[in-house]
Amino acid sequence: MSYATTHPAGHHDEHHPSGLLRWLTTTNHKDIGTMYLTFSLIMFFVGGLMILAVRAELFQPGLQLMRPEFFNQLIGVHALVMIFAALMPAATGFANWMLPLMIGAPDMALPRLNNWGFWLLPPAAILLTLPFTLALFGIGDGAIATGWTFYAPLSVQGGMGVDFAILAVHILGISSIMGSINVIVTIFNMRAPGMTLMKMPLFAWGWLITAFLLIATLPVLAGAVTMLLTDRHFGTHFFDAAGGGDPILFQHLFWFFGHPEVYILLLPVWGLMPHVLSTFSRKPTYGYKAQVYSFIAIGVLSLIVWAHHFFTAGMPVPALIYFMFSTMAISLPLAVLFFCWIATMWKGAMTFETPMLFAVGFIVLFGIAGLTGLVLADVAADAQYHHSYFVVAHFHYALFAGGIMGVMTGVYYWLPKWTGHMYNETLGKWHFWLTVVSFNLTFIPQFFLGLAGMPRRIPDYALQFAEFNAISTVGAFILGISQLLFAWNIWSCIRGGPKAEARVWEGAEGLEWELDSPPPHHSWETQPVIK
Amino acid sequence: MSHCTCQITKSGSAITNLGIRWVGSFWALVALLLPGASHAEYKFNFPEPVTPVARETLHIHNEFMLVITILFVVVFAIMIYSMVKHRKSVGHQPAKFTGPTGTVQWFWALVPFAILLFIDFILMGIPAVNAIIEMEDTKTRADMVLKVTGMQWKWQYEYPGTDIKFISTMSTPREQINNAEAKGENYLLEVDNPVVLPVGKKVRILMTSTDVIHTWWVPQFGVKRDAIPGFLRETWVNIEKPGTYRGQCAELCGKDHGFMPIVVHAVPEPEFLAWLEQKKAEAKAAAGGADRTWSKDELMAAGKEAYDKQCVACHQAAGQGLPPAFPALAGSKIVAGPLLDANGKIIKDSHVDRVLNGKPGTAMQAFRNSMSDVELAAVITYERNSFGNQAGDMIQPAQIKALR
Repeated sequence: MSYATTHPAGHHDEHHPSGLLRWLTTTNHKDIGTMYLTFSLIMFFVGGLMILAVRAELFQPGLQLMRPEFFNQLIGVHALVMIFAALMPAATGFANWMLPLMIGAPDMALPRLNNWGFWLLPPAAILLTLPFTLALFGIGDGAIATGWTFYAPLSVQGGMGVDFAILAVHILGISSIMGSINVIVTIFNMRAPGMTLMKMPLFAWGWLITAFLLIATLPVLAGAVTMLLTDRHFGTHFFDAAGGGDPILFQHLFWFFGHPEVYILLLPVWGLMPHVLSTFSRKPTYGYKAQVYSFIAIGVLSLIVWAHHFFTAGMPVPALIYFMFSTMAISLPLAVLFFCWIATMWKGAMTFETPMLFAVGFIVLFGIAGLTGLVLADVAADAQYHHSYFVVAHFHYALFAGGIMGVMTGVYYWLPKWTGHMYNETLGKWHFWLTVVSFNLTFIPQFFLGLAGMPRRIPDYALQFAEFNAISTVGAFILGISQLLFAWNIWSCIRGGPKAEARVWEGAEGLEWELDSPPPHHSWETQPVIK
Repeated sequence: MSHCTCQITKSGSAITNLGIRWVGSFWALVALLLPGASHAEYKFNFPEPVTPVARETLHIHNEFMLVITILFVVVFAIMIYSMVKHRKSVGHQPAKFTGPTGTVQWFWALVPFAILLFIDFILMGIPAVNAIIEMEDTKTRADMVLKVTGMQWKWQYEYPGTDIKFISTMSTPREQINNAEAKGENYLLEVDNPVVLPVGKKVRILMTSTDVIHTWWVPQFGVKRDAIPGFLRETWVNIEKPGTYRGQCAELCGKDHGFMPIVVHAVPEPEFLAWLEQKKAEAKAAAGGADRTWSKDELMAAGKEAYDKQCVACHQAAGQGLPPAFPALAGSKIVAGPLLDANGKIIKDSHVDRVLNGKPGTAMQAFRNSMSDVELAAVITYERNSFGNQAGDMIQPAQIKALR
């Protein structure tokens, strides 16, 4: 806590480099946060373009635009880009920008690590997408075509795109681990005097659990893909039954990471929600402690339910029953969160600016993800849902409506704080309504496609699936194009707009709103004292 | 067991069906309002179940959908009520509470979780456990066994105890897929050799794979199980109604994952037994074919037929392949190489070695297990003398038989 006092105000070296060098060498949490968020937005459009190509192919039965090999590459890289290069960097961007402001710290605890963590991302993104370009020049056969799950032995058989993806995942993993270490160290050591853990903003709590989950599970993924790499090139047989290995071992290792990953993506958003709801309801957060304990419970439970991702691979009946009930148990802490969110709104004085609209949209649509997740946990019914479009619809409700709309909530909520300008409210509302309507237009038909028996990851389909696919494609294109409004709104907000006050929103509470909008380059050099 | 299941299904279904019909008709209405959605019988739920497991699954699914629909409506009705009533614009003053205070508030805060606990572990949990136990009941009283082997990108079916073993590949012409021809009624869901099963018999299904993981799924049977290379997995069906049932591979298994359908003909037992006899006779005739000497023209004709079924997906119609993943046969050094060594044995990495034993770590599988002596001899001869390849030699089915 003596950190702030060793740097008297005004004694800072303000001669930072300008231009590109500034961004390459910066150790300032705000700069790095901005870079993370910009990178995330760019990759959001890259991943989006990939899936629009897929949806265009699926508009009608028959192969119109691409060969199945290329289709398989697009779906896998879409997922990897959206998860690792869009959603996770967005959450890390939030953490960088907001954690120090919210807990009254002058910066992140490990600023150089922070810089490195970011600058690992662009090379990883290039590695992931480079095989597409190389294939154009006749080198290799394109990107990874196994889906984002890398399932062996398909991934052992695959071309060099798999190697590129393995290396990309390694680099992204290192970046995430460094980000997580930074968050944990910052939260444990740099809170303002008087801010005990149980007085800490819920956003910090959500991120703290995410950081622990990342450190617990990413090494397992790194191990699994390294084993895959040695199976591919160095003659090991971890996943090859002929050599004494087991293909299902890969699924266990992958999903030991993969399931917590869902909560890694969602916990920062769950942490953010109470702030937004409380602000626009002009009422304090309901059930602070209950939410903290729920975050912890969900974090722990997420580590012990992984096998529900491959019930159809076959396992003993007791294992099926265990994984079913442990999965269902997650609904309880999740229900606590829903209860607290709605109770925070209850008897408030609500207004519905864009962040609040996105927050409410998030709650409703993420509710659909949670409820369909509850039925997916049931092994017998899962035998029908699994590997079908029902699952595709389910996890897009979780990760688009839950993850991405949650990120959009945060962006609209904090954008005036970051830029010092108000964004265009009308445009924001248009963005919200277009997103919500087209999102449902895209994914509600996919629930019915799954029930009718359409498997996922197929480039062409039987005729009875035609109408729903056509509707879904129309929805996807509206959804994709609507996001241009988002980018435009952010861009024009950075360029100018009405001046934002320090406390941007009438009901906003917390240290971040005590600082000017935008906050000075170095903030909280003298830490505030919390009573 | 199946009688018992019937009773359970009937007792709970009246209310469930009403709810589902209501939800279903709402979406049907939505679909009708959308242009282009004029398909007459649109599916908003699982296709008609024809096994006890599928019926149980549909019943559970309907019940669960009703439960979660009610949860959704109740929870968000409360939220929407609040959003309408507790707005600043209608002059509502914000309250200050941050949690439940007093016994009554704690009671109402805990009631939803008691309800959820009940739903999770009793209302949904108990039927779910019963369904799992029924679904996994592969060990008892099976009347017959069917072995299913997934391979890129076709299914092989075996009837253990008989010599019957055949491969089932998609029969939809490539012209339909490439939009050069009108698409047929069963587009992508039709095969050359459907698997035939008797109705009213418990069939134990064993599954494995020769290359990557596939998943055998016929929606109307309510079973979906992964076929894993090097391991056996099992499931069972007891088809209650004669008919033709269609499904697809459900696990991404490479380029033609979307093109490996499953077609099951379920027939009454006498018809099944007759089919079995016919297949046995065919198998015998095919085995006999291995002992006689074939002319080159015969081999070339049979080879083209086999090539178009087994090889064309990767190596393509003109043998040009899809490099680099799937090498060309036209002008291939391996194909142009010597047939066998001086002693009539397989040369390592030769053409015959590749076809019989495959190339590990690639999509090229070992065809010795899935093709007959005649087919292997024919396809090797065909490849050596087609696509501009002029090896000029041939191999007899009897030689293949000796090499096994």
